Amino acid sequence: MARIDRIAEPWGTRTPYASGGEWPVRVDTHLAEGVAAEDVDRWVQTASLLHSNGDAMDIAVKDNRIVGVRGRASDRVNHGRLGPKDLYGWQANASPDRLTKPLIREGGKLVETDWDTAMQRILDRSKALLAEQGPSALGFYTTGQLFSEEYYTLGTLAHGGIGTNHVDGNTRLCTATAGEALKESFGCDGQPGSYTDVDYADVIALYGHNVAETQTVLWTRMLDRLAGPNPPKIICVDPRMTPVAKAATVHLAPRPGTNVALMNGILHEIITNGWVDQEYIQAHTVGFSELEKEAKNYPPALVAQICGVPAEQIQEAAGIIGHAERLLSTVLQGFYQSNQATAAAVQVNNVNIIRGMLGKPGCGILQMNGQPTAENTRECGADGDLAAFRNWSNDAHVQDLARVWNIDPMAIPHYSPPTHVMQMMRYAEDGSIRMLWVSGTNPAVSLPELARIRSILEQDRLFLVVQDIFLSETAQLADVVLPAATWGEKTGTFTNVDRTVHLSEKAVDPPGEAKPDLEIFIDYAHRMGLQDKDGQPLIKWHDPESAFEAWKECTRGRPCDYTGITYDKLRGGSGIQWPCNEENPDGTERIYADGKFWAHPEYCETYGRDLITGAPVEPKEYKALNPEGKAIIKAAEYMPPHELPSQDFPLQLITGRTLYQFHTRTKTGRAPELQAAAPDVWVELSADDAGAYGIAEGDLAEVETPRGSVRAKVRISGIRNGVLFLPFHYGYWDTDGGHQPDGAGRAANELTITGWDAASKQPIFKTAAARITRVAGGDGPSPAPTTTASAPAGDFPDDARTRGIATALADEATETAGGER
Amino acid sequence: MKFGLVLEEMHRSENDLAHHLLVISERHKVDHEIYHLARDLARWSQQHVREIADIAGNYGQDLDPEPRGEMGLMETVREKGSEMVGRRPETGMLLLRDLRELYLKACGVSADWELLAQAAQGMKDKNLLALAERCHPQTIRQMKWANGKLKESATQVLVS
Repeated sequence: MARIDRIAEPWGTRTPYASGGEWPVRVDTHLAEGVAAEDVDRWVQTASLLHSNGDAMDIAVKDNRIVGVRGRASDRVNHGRLGPKDLYGWQANASPDRLTKPLIREGGKLVETDWDTAMQRILDRSKALLAEQGPSALGFYTTGQLFSEEYYTLGTLAHGGIGTNHVDGNTRLCTATAGEALKESFGCDGQPGSYTDVDYADVIALYGHNVAETQTVLWTRMLDRLAGPNPPKIICVDPRMTPVAKAATVHLAPRPGTNVALMNGILHEIITNGWVDQEYIQAHTVGFSELEKEAKNYPPALVAQICGVPAEQIQEAAGIIGHAERLLSTVLQGFYQSNQATAAAVQVNNVNIIRGMLGKPGCGILQMNGQPTAENTRECGADGDLAAFRNWSNDAHVQDLARVWNIDPMAIPHYSPPTHVMQMMRYAEDGSIRMLWVSGTNPAVSLPELARIRSILEQDRLFLVVQDIFLSETAQLADVVLPAATWGEKTGTFTNVDRTVHLSEKAVDPPGEAKPDLEIFIDYAHRMGLQDKDGQPLIKWHDPESAFEAWKECTRGRPCDYTGITYDKLRGGSGIQWPCNEENPDGTERIYADGKFWAHPEYCETYGRDLITGAPVEPKEYKALNPEGKAIIKAAEYMPPHELPSQDFPLQLITGRTLYQFHTRTKTGRAPELQAAAPDVWVELSADDAGAYGIAEGDLAEVETPRGSVRAKVRISGIRNGVLFLPFHYGYWDTDGGHQPDGAGRAANELTITGWDAASKQPIFKTAAARITRVAGGDGPSPAPTTTASAPAGDFPDDARTRGIATALADEATETAGGER
Repeated sequence: MKFGLVLEEMHRSENDLAHHLLVISERHKVDHEIYHLARDLARWSQQHVREIADIAGNYGQDLDPEPRGEMGLMETVREKGSEMVGRRPETGMLLLRDLRELYLKACGVSADWELLAQAAQGMKDKNLLALAERCHPQTIRQMKWANGKLKESATQVLVS
């Protein structure tokens, strides 16, 4: 057992292993000061809710309080390891400023009240709006951080009970493109890869995926492969000098917004050099000739010009990918939140498809998620899709869902695609959405162009309900605030990016009168009198396990089949990968192993969209194109970003997430070790640009776009010339402004453009034209971490490097203290 | 040969479609997907205009390769106007009307491409046929976009 500062060393100690070997166990533990493992009353099983990796862990409980966490050695995802957010983030649960009572707006102010009064207010407004306008007046905007049982209940009550089409989750901001890219290529959501592909791959290509910060434990697995015999080659596409870029064999740093051109360049090389699996293409795909035609237009010399990347580097990367024997491709926000998100992510799928690298150990695609339960938002229909990957434009699927819910198919809105959150904001702006119920998310900081978002949410004519655990920036604007329970205070299941389902059990009671989200949704449904066609309550479940059983029935026979999973099966041991049913009682490690896809016209989740215009493909067209349900190779031309640098705004701004904070810091900002590691906003620029603008490390600078300005201290980092980076975590709840800037802006989204990918509807956070000016000199380096992509480019004082506060020491055990795997 | 007339009409109708897309873009600046996409799709029609003009000389037609220009002031006025009335429900009806017109215009251009392709086959003109094969699919995508947007927007506008 060793003690280690996991702020200074976010990935912990190496446990090297060879290709095809078993990743060694390393159990990470962090307990409150003065608590030893022997003092703990009980360990309660759960998984991480502060990132999307799905790290399994146990919560330590003493005297009915959470006192720490320990990784679960037996779990397939993390083999005992935890990331910094897991090790320290649990402390936020016990923050003194948790919401403990419902609040209602009286005379312009939020005041405490009881549950009956708060719910009655929501009920009165819901009923009045339904009577006056109908379901189109009501919208629900949820998160990627609730549990399956809760999403399924919300989806059922909104789609099947209220009958509104306006349902989405903040997964729209992080993972919508992952889902859409999988739907476009394979006819259905569902991750082809498995984390164990890392154990076998000889090439890992990471596209806009700074895994070292977003999924620290997955990166730990890759680092352990890199430290072992026969390490994989790494290809990194990222405009920043991330830890992944530093470890890469080839690092491509394209100009923001040009990913499709880059991918087409790589595909050009792969196709013209014949590094394709013709047999696989013939047997299992449609559309290859279109890709051949499109890729022809992107020779490396041209792509080099568009992307600002040397042609030789593109050729070198393509050569490594083209010669890979076991290719793992992963994708995240650098593609999803950028120009032409879906088109770019689909080209990554195409690389694996045309190389025949799917469904075998080491051959996979991970279209990553940004949030811990994003997969469930998508599966359960809380992102607006129909539950269990049913196809809204297939009448048989709608009828089948109506059968499950015992309602009339006409009651389920399916006349057009679901309303995504940016469109919901537009409807709230034009006054046609008049009640918005926000659960577990903070749009007043996380949506683009915040001045506009605030002006929409502040309207008197919009009735805003916020269900959260803290008084977030958004909650401060609400008409009714409902205090919710969180991780460790309620029970439910959730699923990570490689389809691993975990049970998260209640460890302690929620504070005050706070309630689990599931209870709140069920209470609303019952108070509203939502019924099925026989006059029975629409929501027929009453607690997490009965909700899970109902959800299982909804998934029967669908790709995300949960019918073989029970709470008991998830207790102890490891998480289980869906589909898990009678044929696959232990779950399924790799889907598409036999070159069979869920793309058959009668079975698929969608008929797809035009990657450029977003126009839905008609059922007839799809059937003609893909009658047998093969993988669909979709080509796309490069289109320049909607906002290009100009004389006034000569730079490009990208925003993003970083290692120590999560989203708008509602939890991580209240964990002392994490908050100290990244206490305030910073802006990154390159040494060349810093020289050109006369800016030094630590100077206070103003970043402006046509939409607003933000002041931040400067970090001179290894970022591409001409590009600025701002982390998006820093809003206003811990400033005098409360929910908005008090003077200078701090939230990156003051600056971002309102615009989204036409296919996935994911907002574009990474291609705004911007400028930077020095405001004042600094009194030392900027608060940016030095351990991550924001590492300083030049000389840097040792004593200013990122390290943990006294309580940051965590335990690491490479023997099997937490149990055998 | 009457074929020159087809080219002339093609040139006019693509110019008209590009212009209408730009007008829609400006008029619905607060509907951001319409704003951005309409401009992207206008570029396709503008490119078609150039390519039609390029090839027209072979058939004795002198057509302007520059797509019809936009008036700077009017553009700004329409964008500002859009921002001012963007919070009123009536703008929804205007959007439906504009999309409907766009759909019809794109259908017209699509029919023009059919005519051109038929003539190209009759004349065994490979260049001309290649032009139609390159451009017509984009016209169809413009059409489908207009139709898709119309469907997607209609319910909220008409039933709210």
